Amino acid sequence: MERGVERRSTTIYLWELAWILPSIAIPVGMLVALGVTAFGAGIHLTGDQGRVDPQHVAAHPLFKEPGVVEIAPGQYEVRLTAQIWSFAPNEIRVPAGSTVHFWATSKDVIHGLLVPKHNINVMVLPGQIAHAQARFDTPGEYPIICHEYCGIAHHTMAGKIIVEERKR
Amino acid sequence: MTRSEERLAAAYVFVALVALFGGVTTGLFQALEYAGVDIYPKLDPVIRSHYHSLTYHGVLNVLVWTTFFICGLLPFLAARSFGRPLANIRLAWGTFWLMVTGLIAAAIPLAANAATVMFTFYPPLKAHWAFYLGLTLVVAGTWLVTLNLALTWRGWRAENPQGRTPLAAFMSLVTFAMWSIASVGLAAEMLFLVIPWSLGLTAGADPLLARTLFWFSGHPIVYFWLLPAYISWETLVPRQAGGRLFSDPLARTSFILFLVLSTPLGFHHQYTDPGIHQGWKLVHAFLTFAVFFPSLLTFFTVVASLESGARARGGKGWITWFGKLPWGDPSVAAQVLAMILFAGGGIGGLINASFNMNLVVHNTAYIVGHLHLTVGTAVTLTFMGITYWLVPYLAGRALWSRSLALAQVWLWFGGMVIFSPTLHELGLRGMPRRTAIGHVAYLQSDWKALLPLVGVGGVLLFISAMLYFVNLVLTATVGRGPAPAMLAFAEATSGPEYAPAFLDRWRPWIALAVALIVVAYAPTLLRLATMTSFAVPGMRVW
Repeated sequence: MERGVERRSTTIYLWELAWILPSIAIPVGMLVALGVTAFGAGIHLTGDQGRVDPQHVAAHPLFKEPGVVEIAPGQYEVRLTAQIWSFAPNEIRVPAGSTVHFWATSKDVIHGLLVPKHNINVMVLPGQIAHAQARFDTPGEYPIICHEYCGIAHHTMAGKIIVEERKR
Repeated sequence: MTRSEERLAAAYVFVALVALFGGVTTGLFQALEYAGVDIYPKLDPVIRSHYHSLTYHGVLNVLVWTTFFICGLLPFLAARSFGRPLANIRLAWGTFWLMVTGLIAAAIPLAANAATVMFTFYPPLKAHWAFYLGLTLVVAGTWLVTLNLALTWRGWRAENPQGRTPLAAFMSLVTFAMWSIASVGLAAEMLFLVIPWSLGLTAGADPLLARTLFWFSGHPIVYFWLLPAYISWETLVPRQAGGRLFSDPLARTSFILFLVLSTPLGFHHQYTDPGIHQGWKLVHAFLTFAVFFPSLLTFFTVVASLESGARARGGKGWITWFGKLPWGDPSVAAQVLAMILFAGGGIGGLINASFNMNLVVHNTAYIVGHLHLTVGTAVTLTFMGITYWLVPYLAGRALWSRSLALAQVWLWFGGMVIFSPTLHELGLRGMPRRTAIGHVAYLQSDWKALLPLVGVGGVLLFISAMLYFVNLVLTATVGRGPAPAMLAFAEATSGPEYAPAFLDRWRPWIALAVALIVVAYAPTLLRLATMTSFAVPGMRVW
């Protein structure tokens, strides 16, 4: 013990302290950056959008007729159901520059909804209504992928979103 | 330390290694499938599908290999550290057999393709009840390990009313205390939701409630895997490297913070789940960044300790001392390489935990790349490094080949350097995880060039693992030379006498941990539990 006491000089104590302070500052700084970019960029996560009876999905007004609806100029709503192993609708067409709101639920097991490079990434749970939205500016064809394991043919479960040139 | 305790550690490590063998072998099949080499038809009926293989891979690696290794190693180290035997060796053996029974119960439906539900087993995918019951027995076993450690501590404390708990024992106790609190979520999911439902006693499950309880335990389980690696890095590796632990009080403080902060942050796995308010997701994001603080303390303590060893061996300079570490010792080389890749795992973890950036990476191959740096390298390569001294010690024979061990360690590192960044990049390009990529209906052109690298990395990792097993088997059977002595724990530059006494008190810290969990989880769990209709029937769709 005596030797240990000698060994611990003030320098060591300062080293400990000198590391503790930036160890607090770094995560705090990151959190601030995160808050600013998340809220400044208007990123929004799915929250509590209500429940749906998974046995009677079609009885819910949102999912009576899965499809694409233009709710305002340049604003589209996709009412989507996921089931093994398909999406309904599985092909969505919108003009470039549209904002697309996805409302989704599952009729059976847990599925996922992923549109790469467009911040559409949400879990689709039976009993829950998921929401995600993104703007599609560049014309092209983008996959809609189920990214949660949902059984033996999970890898076949996909759709597509076709962003068309805006007609002048 | 009795012979029986050494045999107990050997028994746990043996089961862990068998699991790892199955885990890496199935991993090879998946990596090959990604690269366009589909060998599943040849494996039928042992392996029925990519998803059957993948469930094996996850369950064997992250549930069995880790848990059994930790339940073997930590009581062994704690008893050494206390300088006294475990409080109840019969309880310890009973615990081992309970866990083995659970493992066998879960393994039978898993082998029969009746539990192809991944290691996350989200309802309404419905496995055979024995799978859930078996895993629950394994978790119950970990609680009995906690009990035995706590009783051992009490016996030690009665004889040492003033002293600081020896560091390795303290860290082992914290690890098991943390896990015992955190695993309550998993136990509740099993006992109240999944087991009655799989037995047909209830009509339906609630998928969101089940996921929430799962991730209550599912993030802290990562710390249950990592903290034992930190124990090795802080109490053993400094001495193996010829140096001292930099600071005992910093090590203790970081572990107490892991005890308090590991659990109330599981929603960062559920950012994209509907049915959980954004505000609570944000609270969990904050708490996830809070746990970065003890991680940074650990990082500094570990690197400063390594540096003391390298400088004692003649290392100079700001960075170049790194080359003076005992790179010829496979145990040290494995663990230092594990630390290096873990830096990438830690940074990637912060990205996953970020409220906004998670939208890019959630459920993509990026997560797979991340997990292979954390549990697949920081934990697994460290545990491999530990076995390079532990197995010879327990077997009473010298390591069969030191150079083969070094080659194995570097091969793992090299394989992972190819494998993991490739998966990260594929994830950023939108490739989903847990998917038979070789058969997808939507293969993207910008994935194609990278997929063969997944196969190359996977093959290198598999070869490394096989070299590892060959070396261990030969060590245990035909190893020549005298058995190595048990490693001694590292002394500290800033020793335990500087650790404040309140770090040795259990009740306030456990109370604080529970209080934070209640704040972070109670409102959401109560809402979900009272609103659910348990209306989702189970399905077997594989």
